Amino acid sequence: MPVEIAAPKIEVRASEPPPQVSGGKAKVAVRDLDFFYGRVQALHNISIEIPERIVMAFIGPSGCGKSTFLRTLNRMNDVIPATRVGGQVLIDDHDIYAPGTDVVELRRRVGMVFQKSNPFPKSIFDNVAYGLRINRVTSSNSELAGRVEQALKDAALWNEVKDRLKTSALSLSGGQQQRLCIARALAIRPEVLLMDEPASALDPIATSKIEELIFDLKKQYTIVIVTHNMQQAARVSDTTAFFLLGKLIEVNSTEKMFTAPNEKLTEDYITGRFG
Amino acid sequence: MDTHRHLDDELSSLRDRVLLLGGEAEQALERAMYSLSERDSEVARQVLDHDDQVDHLEVEIDRQCIDIIALRQPAARDLRFVISVAKMAPVLERIADHACNIARTAIDLNNEPELKPVLDLGNMAEHALKMLRGALDAFTSSDAISAREIIKSDSEINDLYNHTFHRLIELMVTEPGTATRDARLLFVAKHLERIGDYVTDICELTVYMAEAAFIKHT
Repeated sequence: MPVEIAAPKIEVRASEPPPQVSGGKAKVAVRDLDFFYGRVQALHNISIEIPERIVMAFIGPSGCGKSTFLRTLNRMNDVIPATRVGGQVLIDDHDIYAPGTDVVELRRRVGMVFQKSNPFPKSIFDNVAYGLRINRVTSSNSELAGRVEQALKDAALWNEVKDRLKTSALSLSGGQQQRLCIARALAIRPEVLLMDEPASALDPIATSKIEELIFDLKKQYTIVIVTHNMQQAARVSDTTAFFLLGKLIEVNSTEKMFTAPNEKLTEDYITGRFG
Repeated sequence: MDTHRHLDDELSSLRDRVLLLGGEAEQALERAMYSLSERDSEVARQVLDHDDQVDHLEVEIDRQCIDIIALRQPAARDLRFVISVAKMAPVLERIADHACNIARTAIDLNNEPELKPVLDLGNMAEHALKMLRGALDAFTSSDAISAREIIKSDSEINDLYNHTFHRLIELMVTEPGTATRDARLLFVAKHLERIGDYVTDICELTVYMAEAAFIKHT
């Protein structure tokens, strides 16, 4: 499905890849990535390294390619017809686009949480157990229950649902449903967690819970979050990447990005001076 | 983009206010020194009477900075500007306070016989005023180069202060009858020297605002 890319109003010069933020070992390393929807190039020569166990935020205006780029990190774009990828996405030094890659296993390692919570019309327990069952992670009921409990605890939801695990997930509030989806993603113990605007539909209290959760989860996971809310990016992330018209303009520590970005385009965006 | 136009308007209004406060501090210093050199206590009293307005302006700037941070969440250059202004306003208010202290000293001295002029005080005040005007200009134009030059020139005030200090001590020794008045003038010299330091603070904030560089204590 071709995606309309907004007509450029701003000249984005083709520049050298932005300097990377020095951190620990790169969990994800992207090299010269191009992405096409049919004939439309949505991503241009993206190179970036995402260190292990940090939160990296992707910011940029609508249509800039940040969600498209996020989805290239676990090949979620594969399901869209007529798309094409060039370059490399390395996770722990293995190219996830190399022939023979087990995409199901890839998505187990690189979990994803979407903008709109999407619990299955099943019980709370079964939602979290779903991934464990289809991946045949365990055949023991007690181990399954233990893994579900741990995932719900990791998602800071256990105390709110422990007495009603058999009730429908659809009875939960929006914020709880989103944390349930996070628990579902955590249950299969991913290494990287991709979050596409995970709090955009939530009220401030539910948003705050998700943000606290992200802060706690980074001790164990590498987290990449797409957000339109720049204050949220500033609050939760260690590093921030700014995208514009399919190009990666700047990657920097979040502190630097929001106080003294290197690129004028970044500064213009975060101070709201586009247009 | 209305939100951002509002922010631009608010930042512009904040800039106007801080320049107004800078102008008030400059005028207070100029008038306090005039009252001292011309032995005009009336002008000194006007400086003191006007200080409430200076204080009020500082509080207004504080409030405006807090509102902008709370309601607009400025980032990058806007954030640096608001933070710089928030830190600059009390510095300007303190400069005006030093001017008031000079005015008080002038009133006291004007009630006593005139001392022979201590020329360096005039030079010090002239230099402090030049620094302050330059600092406000550098702030207005986000000119870090000029701000750095002004910081360097603070050493001239320090030199003048040291010279004045020794000269006044010498007078106290040679003419003990003038010691009280000499001591008062010594305080004036110290106020002027401190104003030079405050102007340096303003320039450091301008450098931060323009370049995001922290040069304080370096």
